[in-house]
Amino acid sequence: MTEVVIAGIGQTEVGEHWDIGLRDLAYAAIHDAIEDSGGLKPQSLFVGNMLAPNLSNQAHLGVLIADFAGLLGIEAVTVEAAGASGGAALRQGYLAVKSGLVDVALVVGVEKFTDKVGAGVDAALATTSDSDFEAVQGLTLAGQAALLMKRYMHEYQVPADGFAGFALTAHANGANNPCAMFRKAIKLETYTKAEMVSDPLNMFDIAPNADGAAAVVLTRRDVLPKDFAHPLVKIAGSAAASDTLALHDRKDMLYFDTAQLSAGKAMKQAGIILDQVNFFEYHDMFSIYAALQLEAVGFAIKGKGWKLAADGEIRLKGRIPCATMGGLKARGFAGGATGVYQAVEAAAQLRGQAGANQIAGAKYGLIQSMGGPASTVVSHVLQGLN
Amino acid sequence: MEIPRHWRLKQQRYSLVGEVCPHCDNKIFPPRDVCPNCGGEAKELYTFSGKGEVYSFTTIYEAPSGFDANAPYTVALVKLEEGPMVTAQLTDLDNAPVEIGMPVEMVTRKMRNDGDERGIIVYGYKFRLRK
Ligand SMILES: [Zn+2]
Repeated sequence: MTEVVIAGIGQTEVGEHWDIGLRDLAYAAIHDAIEDSGGLKPQSLFVGNMLAPNLSNQAHLGVLIADFAGLLGIEAVTVEAAGASGGAALRQGYLAVKSGLVDVALVVGVEKFTDKVGAGVDAALATTSDSDFEAVQGLTLAGQAALLMKRYMHEYQVPADGFAGFALTAHANGANNPCAMFRKAIKLETYTKAEMVSDPLNMFDIAPNADGAAAVVLTRRDVLPKDFAHPLVKIAGSAAASDTLALHDRKDMLYFDTAQLSAGKAMKQAGIILDQVNFFEYHDMFSIYAALQLEAVGFAIKGKGWKLAADGEIRLKGRIPCATMGGLKARGFAGGATGVYQAVEAAAQLRGQAGANQIAGAKYGLIQSMGGPASTVVSHVLQGLN
Repeated sequence: MEIPRHWRLKQQRYSLVGEVCPHCDNKIFPPRDVCPNCGGEAKELYTFSGKGEVYSFTTIYEAPSGFDANAPYTVALVKLEEGPMVTAQLTDLDNAPVEIGMPVEMVTRKMRNDGDERGIIVYGYKFRLRK
């Protein structure tokens, strides 16, 4: 069987890059990833992007970026699945190499939020929900997450500060990530006193929208020289699943079916069970999403995902470390780049290059890229080979 | 802006017209032509009573463009008596506290101004507390 490996990784700092455009941001990550791969020449480019046609009035990113990066001639397309665009692009790159039709695939995730400001950004984000039956009611993505969180807290009697553990862990981990938007640990008090955005969701339950780009170079293991410059990371499992676009159409909205389905498939392909996963990069765009992913994947029973965070079990030294480089909450939510950031961070963990946040002896990492409230979930299992 | 789109949805917006599945009697809103319960084709129209209860709710303080003038406002998931759930604003609250499980009923209200220029006004369903 073809083994697909991550040969190169690159990422930009996540933040408000007023002075850097979409194409420049993408190229910065691509440049670093190709250099890290020892100069491999990609034959295909898959761009993960969520909202450029809306935020930047720019479509056709595949060509825009291939052109700007000096890669003209190669296949270049955009993959869009809302917040899961990055994970979906990664999967397309994986499939291309796995099929044997492409030797080297380049995947770049990029988002440029600051091309728009204020209420326009919320309106743009809301286009990823059901425009006719959710957004038309003035529902924002934060509002949608708040509806979930309210019901969850009602059913499981969660205390008001029950979700604080997610933000505390994320910010503590982000402190040691030079590419994170927020690099400072926070206190419980910061969470409990935070401004309410959509009751019961406060500022610290929400990942900040920010600019960023991340890239990976994928290839077959047998293409690389034996004395390759750094440890290899294999994509050992890859799967995606879909659920209703609108939250109100779910049979059971408090269970993220697609998170369970795609993680189960990816782990089966990798030949591992849940206990073998050394760390989990979830899509904590909202803290309630993180809790529901922990439950669906199986790290916690239904209604107890928040408890795992509250008890410190998701910290670097906990039972299942999560958001090891800050997650969406502290690294920042760079839209369609997010899933590729997860891959870059997980690869660094598995190479032993995660610095102060290194999970000792990490062999398997599970990453989940999510669009909407688990309307799309793309799961990958990464495996360190050395 | 988007006039055909809002016109096309007027039956749903003004009178909660959905569908009933001829195979399994499942009531469907918003209409979709494949029954999510049995997978059969469902195209028979069905008008909902507009009665339901609050399944969850939240107050939106940071509104998207088109809605900023009304912020803060309350959006709920309303479980209709006939089964389906809808996302809708709660209205006519007069500061009454909202709770999960509260009975509500559908009313027609102004939902948003679609742009400023020749801005059409979109009307549609909201829900108010049912005595
Ligand atoms: Zn049916």
